[in-house]
Amino acid sequence: MPAINVSKATHEQDHEQSRASRVFDLAEMPLRELNQALHDLAPGSNETAWEVLHPKGSHSVAVGVDQPITIDVRGSVGYYCGGMNDGSTITVHGSAGPGVGENMMSGLITVKGDASQYAGATGRGGLLVIEGNASSRCGISMKGIDIVVHGNIGHMSAFMAQSGNLVVLGDAGDALGDSIYEARLFVRGKVESLGADCIAKEMRPEHLELLQGLLDRAGATGVKAAEFKRYGSARTLYNFNIDNADAY
Amino acid sequence: MCGIVGLFLKDKSLEPQLGSMLSEMLISLSDRGPDSAGIAIYGAPSGNEAKITIQAAKPEHDFRNLEAELARAIGTPVNIAVKSTHAVVRTTPDKIDEVREAIQALRPDIRIMGAGDVVEIYKEVGLPEAVVDRFGVRSMTGTHGIGHTRMATESAVTTMGAHPFSTGADQCLVHNGSLSNHNNVRRELIREGMKFETENDTEVAAAYLSSQMAHGKNLGEALEGTLSDLDGFFTFVVGTKNGFGVVRDPIACKPAVMAETDQYVAFGSEYRALTKLPGIDNAKVWEPEPATVYFWEH
Repeated sequence: MPAINVSKATHEQDHEQSRASRVFDLAEMPLRELNQALHDLAPGSNETAWEVLHPKGSHSVAVGVDQPITIDVRGSVGYYCGGMNDGSTITVHGSAGPGVGENMMSGLITVKGDASQYAGATGRGGLLVIEGNASSRCGISMKGIDIVVHGNIGHMSAFMAQSGNLVVLGDAGDALGDSIYEARLFVRGKVESLGADCIAKEMRPEHLELLQGLLDRAGATGVKAAEFKRYGSARTLYNFNIDNADAY
Repeated sequence: MCGIVGLFLKDKSLEPQLGSMLSEMLISLSDRGPDSAGIAIYGAPSGNEAKITIQAAKPEHDFRNLEAELARAIGTPVNIAVKSTHAVVRTTPDKIDEVREAIQALRPDIRIMGAGDVVEIYKEVGLPEAVVDRFGVRSMTGTHGIGHTRMATESAVTTMGAHPFSTGADQCLVHNGSLSNHNNVRRELIREGMKFETENDTEVAAAYLSSQMAHGKNLGEALEGTLSDLDGFFTFVVGTKNGFGVVRDPIACKPAVMAETDQYVAFGSEYRALTKLPGIDNAKVWEPEPATVYFWEH
């Protein structure tokens, strides 16, 4: 693949180490080559630092990466960035389109800007940090992922969330946690409304400890776990109840 | 799926580039809808002139001698500029209804795409790039415009099923989504006297807005009405003679992103559509909120 350059990273200010990054300019080469190169990485490869330039809203940037590398994406991405991520550290220096980190297994994805709909949907593990706002359906059907949003989240977030933790430093939109199973939701600001079977719950010491750990890992400095409220499942929808028949 | 775009210029110096900017925006969303594409361009008002955009399945046959025949029918000259399958008929505003009736009488097979003082509408089956090239959209100047690339879910893949839909003078609409109560709303609007060309759900939304504005509502108020009166999925982008509006249904599944600078307000189904706009890196970029009306007027 002669089109791929190995050179010093062009954005030195963001690189504390001066090691060589493998730079991939999407203005010059197709996305498919980037993703193929990422998938071709063998375990233990020395190519641990990657940089993607000019994403310009491309879909599926760095999906399915399964090696513990770092990927810095310089600009805004479209749908599904970092989907199925398994162990890599992806930073989007811009905003992300729908489905960022969808079905993430492990690793860390940080979005410096805002995220569109269903950020972290169905995620099974790892940490997704949105430094701006996330829009509707953030963490829908989450299954173990941790999501920390520094700003606000939109309506129907954590719909049918099964496990994992959703932390929101700002406000949450309508119908938070509708039909939730066992995920934990921590919101610092106001909640527009709670969805079916989602209720406010007491914050016990183990929750404070867990939350403070997530805030620290997500770079939310100066934010105290005690400022949040916890929400979760009332567990009244787990089994069929004939009295609810009219609702179906 | 479908892809929709809109561009409303604040800075007059960009007006010569409206066609090329809007074309690039639409082409960037080609893979959201390969079936058909369309664009509406609002040109600068040119005084005592009105125009009708028409379309013919057999342009060589249907447009031949039409200029002379129309002039004879209404007793005053008209101007016709043919662009591929479409043509723009120019007349004076007081003659516009007469010209429209004369076209329909002389050439019953010709379809009317839209009419008004400033709007021109071009739409055909095919990819956005083919459609903008066919009609020379890139060289068009104007104040604002909207565009659509279609992946059909509702009604046939035909020229008439393509967007934008225009149901009132200088009014048109593009839609991403599908409506579920359009048959009922169409029946009610037909009773009011609105005319429909297709079975398409989006045409009903366009006619609903035209009807609301005919009853004295402004664009913002008419858009507000869609939230209670139209059921289904929608992100609408709407143009009027001097305005540009956006509304999303309360569920807001259909994607939308907007950008605003001192020079323009732009809409795209995705951020990809906005990446070539001047100053985009420093623009205010946001997702329009669900069930919230946004509109701008010159």
